[in-house]
Amino acid sequence: MSLDALLFQAVNGLASASGLFLVAAGLSIIFGVTRIVNMAHGSFYMLGLYLAVTLAPKIGTWIGGPFGFWAGILAAALVVAALGALIEMTLLRRLYGAPELYQLLATFALLLVINDAALFLWGPEDILGPRAPGLSGSVMLLGRRLPEYDIFLALIGPAVLIGLHLLLARTRFGRLIRAATQDREMVAALGINEALLFTMVFALGAGIAGLGGALQMAREPASLTLDLSVLGDAFVVVVVGGMGSIRGAYLAAVLVAEAKALCTALGVVDIFGFTFNMSRLTLVAEFLVMALVLIVRPHGLFGRPQPPAARGGPAEPPLRPFSAPARLLALAAVALFAAMPLIGTLVSYAPVLALDMLVAALFAASLHFIMGPGGMASFGHAAYFGLGAYGTAYAVTALSLPTPLAFATGIGVAAFGAVLFGWFCVRLEGVYFAMLTLAFAQIVWSVAFQWEEVTGGSNGLFDVWPEWPFDSRTGLYLAAFVVTLAGLLLLRRLVFAPFGMALRAARDSRLRAEASGIPVARVRWLAFALAGAVCGAAGGLFAFAKGSISPEAISVGRSIDGLVMVLIGGVQSLIGPVVGAGAFTLLQDSVMRETDYWRALLGLIILAVVLLFPFGIAGGLSRGLRRPGGAR
Amino acid sequence: MGYSSCLRAALTGAAMTVAALALPAFTLPAPAAEPIRIGELNSYKAQPAFLDPYRKGMQLAVKEINDAGGVDGRPLELISRDDGGNPGDAIRVAEDLVTREKVDLLAGTFLSHIGLAVSGFAGKRKVFFLAAEPLTDKLTWSDGNRYTFRLRPSTYMQVAMLLPAAKAAQRKRWAIVYPNYEYGQSAAATFKKLLKDAQPDVEFVEEQATPLGKIDAGPVAQAIADAKPDAVFNVLFGPDLAKFVREADTRGALEGTYVVSLLSGEPEYLDPLKDEAPAGWVVTGYPWYAITTPEHMAFLSAYQKAYGDYPRLGSVVGYTTIKSIAAGLKKAGGTDTEKLVDAFRGLEVVGPFGPFSYRASDHQATMGAYVGILALKDGQGIMVQPSYVDGASVLPSDAEVKALRPAAD
Repeated sequence: MSLDALLFQAVNGLASASGLFLVAAGLSIIFGVTRIVNMAHGSFYMLGLYLAVTLAPKIGTWIGGPFGFWAGILAAALVVAALGALIEMTLLRRLYGAPELYQLLATFALLLVINDAALFLWGPEDILGPRAPGLSGSVMLLGRRLPEYDIFLALIGPAVLIGLHLLLARTRFGRLIRAATQDREMVAALGINEALLFTMVFALGAGIAGLGGALQMAREPASLTLDLSVLGDAFVVVVVGGMGSIRGAYLAAVLVAEAKALCTALGVVDIFGFTFNMSRLTLVAEFLVMALVLIVRPHGLFGRPQPPAARGGPAEPPLRPFSAPARLLALAAVALFAAMPLIGTLVSYAPVLALDMLVAALFAASLHFIMGPGGMASFGHAAYFGLGAYGTAYAVTALSLPTPLAFATGIGVAAFGAVLFGWFCVRLEGVYFAMLTLAFAQIVWSVAFQWEEVTGGSNGLFDVWPEWPFDSRTGLYLAAFVVTLAGLLLLRRLVFAPFGMALRAARDSRLRAEASGIPVARVRWLAFALAGAVCGAAGGLFAFAKGSISPEAISVGRSIDGLVMVLIGGVQSLIGPVVGAGAFTLLQDSVMRETDYWRALLGLIILAVVLLFPFGIAGGLSRGLRRPGGAR
Repeated sequence: MGYSSCLRAALTGAAMTVAALALPAFTLPAPAAEPIRIGELNSYKAQPAFLDPYRKGMQLAVKEINDAGGVDGRPLELISRDDGGNPGDAIRVAEDLVTREKVDLLAGTFLSHIGLAVSGFAGKRKVFFLAAEPLTDKLTWSDGNRYTFRLRPSTYMQVAMLLPAAKAAQRKRWAIVYPNYEYGQSAAATFKKLLKDAQPDVEFVEEQATPLGKIDAGPVAQAIADAKPDAVFNVLFGPDLAKFVREADTRGALEGTYVVSLLSGEPEYLDPLKDEAPAGWVVTGYPWYAITTPEHMAFLSAYQKAYGDYPRLGSVVGYTTIKSIAAGLKKAGGTDTEKLVDAFRGLEVVGPFGPFSYRASDHQATMGAYVGILALKDGQGIMVQPSYVDGASVLPSDAEVKALRPAAD
């Protein structure tokens, strides 16, 4: 590997960095002002690219091909900005009063809807756009050919950075944005039209993402998988740079892109006699960078501690134990699930679905334990699900342990992982906590994905069937039922125990909790580990129920599913996640059966739930009951 | 107040559960013994480009068979489901098909890990399963089981089909670029092993494993060029391939380099490249425009008549899947699973690519693929000089397979 080659790859990295920066910048601006973690941001990027490849040839026929290309890019960015404004006005505006996580849920639903809309409009095949007129060639650098378009891209990142900086520093609009980032109530109190400001900011952010997508026209085909893959990268860049910092985002984008370019450039290397293909690391390079940065600098490179978010709603009501009638109902539900094998003789599919609901309920309840009472929204809970499932599966397939022992192994592995990662995570707050958990989850995922000898690589482990007496559908179901019930009761007991009260105190006021002698960090760490262990049990059950485990089952998607379940059910209620898990599993099962566009339908249903019950099903129903007027 | 929330929530939950569990009872179809029910599951949402034509191919075959009176007088009924693109959902869908829909057999799947998971399920629950698309060698070899058969040529077979060309090129310095998951890894490993055996002085100078769907094409193309290979083996496909080809072209990274490439001649992957299709690459694929055998001509005209579009490889796979199942059912004389398994061992089928059979030794179909050279015609990539490689000619012998298939039977 010559120095020239390395230098050249570094130049390559700059072009990729610009693409990353454009998506991340928009995300960062939107978050800064509206506090919305916009899950649909990758969708804007994707739409920008699709619109560009569609519009460029069309415009080209009116004003000539070369101009059409550039006009197409601008038009795409503008259309996406307009769409962003429309979404903000019709949807998000209704949600600013709801807890922040429900805004996240709504934008996640948007992601699902936009993806299916793109499938409907453009069809399933990838669409490769034209090359950039005037920039399709290459120039010689260090004895190699560098595409002109890469140079253009490498320059456009800093150009947008400077443009944004001027906009923020020198214009009235920019001052308002900065003011709103600091304290949006004060801005509103000073008579600024807050609604208009938010709409413009959202349109600006969406437009920049659309521009980023459109500019990729000459480099990559428009495809339906772009939204999620770009979203992950954008989050990483924003968090590494520090939420809300534009120059931080640029620096982070360069850092991530250069790390990847370096891995690619090194290729196969020999380290201490081991041959290792560095290019394989490109799978997680960005998450490794993020984990390292967050451990050293908990608020990212240029981030400052967030100003405390002014809480919209009233303080969370304390949790109450079940009353007598509620206990009766809970018992009835338990009896119903216990009788499922009997129901199965009439409706044979019922136990199959009920088993999935049990696993989902345990998973969601364990996530809720740290999210609700703990106040720590984890974006990477799938990691412990995965560790439990893989631990169990490995114990069954490679070690041939008996079923209960294998299951215990899985829980142990998950608990160990949670103890280890939890130690780093619990010291962070809010979005940074969420992102560090996400980074660890991605690292676990990539290890599962690549450690062929132990985890079976991308195919995963299979033939993980339990032994007698759990090998029949009924046997496994009853075992899962007992485990789930025990897990739920344990979590419930913990919440009402002094430990749970300490945890809730730490959530509501860290300072006061510490002042009254609660070791906040240790309490949170222990809660994290416990949630991980229970989640591992859910993972072990999953492996046995499906007879297999693969990396996909522990990807970001599962973490998001968990969040959706908890949020649909309601964060502020202990029964919420269980109801949410049941509802989500049923929804997914029935919606998947009914339509080809099941993602969009699922998204619309989630949107309906969010709009109708901004505090989840369980939360919404109780509030409706409390105030017959209906308003929250 | 707190308890009323619990109460209401528990009530809602219970009501939803009851509703959901009761619902199927009402939607269960009336017990009509007549049709043979084929349960099909696939990643329609995750892989639409490949599976839309596949579904059309299946539906065409079902229609043809039913128009001709079905199998032994019984019509085929196809119950198609999305598998959610992951093994967990796929197993639930398979359970659903078997328990609620009471299907007689399972077919489908595209992604390897889903194919393997469903195969494990089939082995456990003793259900017949014809894996249509997944390529992984494990499905028929290391993890093969009695109840699973596979139609499409496996990764090993596809690589072996390209080997004669790779060998004939007599190049010394090879670079490999592959998507970083099992398919890419095993294709790369098989290629290295087979070529090294055939040409011991070969040297592998660069290996790039890129994240699936997220290739950083510029640096990858550059890293390959920097290694100065005189030949490249490519396993990339889909958007990754399109990005790689464009970057390699702009940078002149593959000038004077001999390239062999897996699957790149399949219309699904070739057509999106349009006029940038890399001329001169030796590829496996499906040149529907150049196959003039009577079996294929009949299929082509029927498909174009039905859908007004040309078939993709997926269409052929879907069509042949159903034809295979019909042939198996006919030979078995019914839907009994054990008899169906026995019937499929050595089953002779005629598909659009001509006659082939399901090997008794490893349950792999001997349907082959076409190998040709990419060229440009009217702004579109095509395969020229295509030749059909029979799957049987690239598979290991029955004796060798026995050692590869420890778990089966």
